[in-house]
Amino acid sequence: MSVPLLAVDGLCTHFFTKAGVVKAVDGVSFTVARGEVLGLVGESGSGKSMTGYSIMGLVDPPGRIVSGVVELNGRDLSALSAEDMRQLRGNRIAMIFQDPMMTLNPVLRIDVQMVETIRAHQRVGRAAALERSRAALVQVGIPSPDERLQAYPHQFSGGMRQRVAIAIALLNNPDLIIADEPTTALDVTIQGQILFEMQKLTRETGAAMIWITHDLSVVAGLADRVCVMYAGRIVEEGTTFDVLTHPWHPYTQGLLDSVPARGARGTRLSQIPGMTPSVQDLPPGCAFRERCGYATDECTVNPAMRDRGVDGRGVRCFHPLRAGTAA
Amino acid sequence: MLVFIIRRSLQSVVVLFAMSLLVFVGVYAIGNPIDILINPQADQIDRERAIAALGLDKPLWSQYLTFLTGALSGNLGRSFVHSTPALGLILERMPATMELALTAMLFAIVLGIPLGLWAGLKPNGIAGRMIMTGSILGFSLPTFWVGLMLIMVFSVELGWLPSNGRGPTVLLFGLVPVSFLSVEGWRHLLMPATNLALFNVALLIRLTRSGAHEALLQDYVKFARAKGLTNARIIGVHVLRNILIPVVTVIGLQFGALIAFAIVTESVFAWPGMGKLLIDSIGVLDRPVIVAYLLVIVTIFIVINLIVDVLYSALDPRVRLTELKG
Repeated sequence: MSVPLLAVDGLCTHFFTKAGVVKAVDGVSFTVARGEVLGLVGESGSGKSMTGYSIMGLVDPPGRIVSGVVELNGRDLSALSAEDMRQLRGNRIAMIFQDPMMTLNPVLRIDVQMVETIRAHQRVGRAAALERSRAALVQVGIPSPDERLQAYPHQFSGGMRQRVAIAIALLNNPDLIIADEPTTALDVTIQGQILFEMQKLTRETGAAMIWITHDLSVVAGLADRVCVMYAGRIVEEGTTFDVLTHPWHPYTQGLLDSVPARGARGTRLSQIPGMTPSVQDLPPGCAFRERCGYATDECTVNPAMRDRGVDGRGVRCFHPLRAGTAA
Repeated sequence: MLVFIIRRSLQSVVVLFAMSLLVFVGVYAIGNPIDILINPQADQIDRERAIAALGLDKPLWSQYLTFLTGALSGNLGRSFVHSTPALGLILERMPATMELALTAMLFAIVLGIPLGLWAGLKPNGIAGRMIMTGSILGFSLPTFWVGLMLIMVFSVELGWLPSNGRGPTVLLFGLVPVSFLSVEGWRHLLMPATNLALFNVALLIRLTRSGAHEALLQDYVKFARAKGLTNARIIGVHVLRNILIPVVTVIGLQFGALIAFAIVTESVFAWPGMGKLLIDSIGVLDRPVIVAYLLVIVTIFIVINLIVDVLYSALDPRVRLTELKG
């Protein structure tokens, strides 16, 4: 296999707070191939967003990347200077955030916010940059782009703002887009439009994407592969079809069971017992064991990722739900 | 915009009217200027004549009516002491105070905003902590005491700067006498302006710091970083534009306060401004000057507030002037 676009290996991002070390990301490894869409799924606080920030080099103190390697096109990002990293951000890797109401600067016009993104990375004249910005707005389906360039963020609806944010992310034709729950704050119809749009755009531009979400139904229609995160670790990965139809990890199973299904109308919705553990004082061993019906004494040791191989399928569990995978 | 300005002007007239009534009655209650103005040896006839000449024999409502009719035609009365129009007396002193206040505000902006930004960006650094500690001093030291200390150190001990007056003035546009166009004038201006600026430097530092601190946590800053913008652009454009909104409000309000309450500094440094005129006028109960001074100050406040509101709409696109009330 050729060098993947993005290879994350053993990434650990810890926060050194007064109350102790918070292991927000704890040994995360995955790869993203060119043009691939990877779904990063997990509950709030599972470290999925922080994984995205770590790749972007946007972890703020007291947080710090403690160990691990992030390689883009075979280039180790941790070895880059701050200036080189800045050149990479918004250029080769772009990021879209959750709340479109907050991500655009309220006091700057859209054209200013777009043009600066181009000019931060390339020596382009204002007129040329403006023309490219216009084209990007057209690309994400914003009507009357000339007028819209002159507008301020508050004159846009939530969905339109997210389109603008996406247009900004696309401006420099990035190799990778990290989308941090970009549809969570939008209503369902708009969410559908944006999902469709993103799918189309990644196909058109050939950009790879990491789609961070807690919503399995979003991932189902969008991602090629899925990584399920729990308490800072990836507990299961594989193709979207495999993971969603035949989950191996009890946690993934639990997640899937808590989605209301049409066939189970009227029955009680099952939920995962207990609460998401605080990553601050995580007990050793499998983080899920206290909520897991299959847990044994063995689980007090942190299980390694197993069975990587065919289709990149892997699970971090001593008691996977697959028949024939004895512990 | 035009509608806004017209409406604001009408409101201003109401404010001025109410203010004039309050001030007139207030000053009337303070005391009788006759006791101070007239030679105690004067006989009853001279006394009666003087009272009649100043219009003080009429009842209060009649005096106010006379004042009001005069005011409508721009005549705010004649000074009892100087026998010249009170307004002219004030306008004559105004350039000195304006120059002092403007210079002080300039010092405050040039020092306060960058220092506040620095402290906001590096809240845990040594420099940041020192700036914040320093700003507490700026807040709490009384102006008159700092003024006296400045004179002690720079005039008395070191002999570097003159301790009082404006020094030589140069006519700006052939009309307004100012000090800042000559080196000697600057030597006179430096200490009083610093003294007057001190509180506002501290205020702007604190305001800018908390603004920067808050803005840095916003998503739009994170997004700007994700776009790969340089730090200079993120801070200089994205953060600063957002901070400036409250800062401009405070600068506006404080500028009015600087003009109105430069009295202490003007007294300490014998600066020949409006504040000193007011103090002198209160001393001799020169009613027309006191009333005229307060009305001028109110007008200045109104104008500054109008400018601030217009600036608001320029800085924050979400603000529309037609929607602003009062």
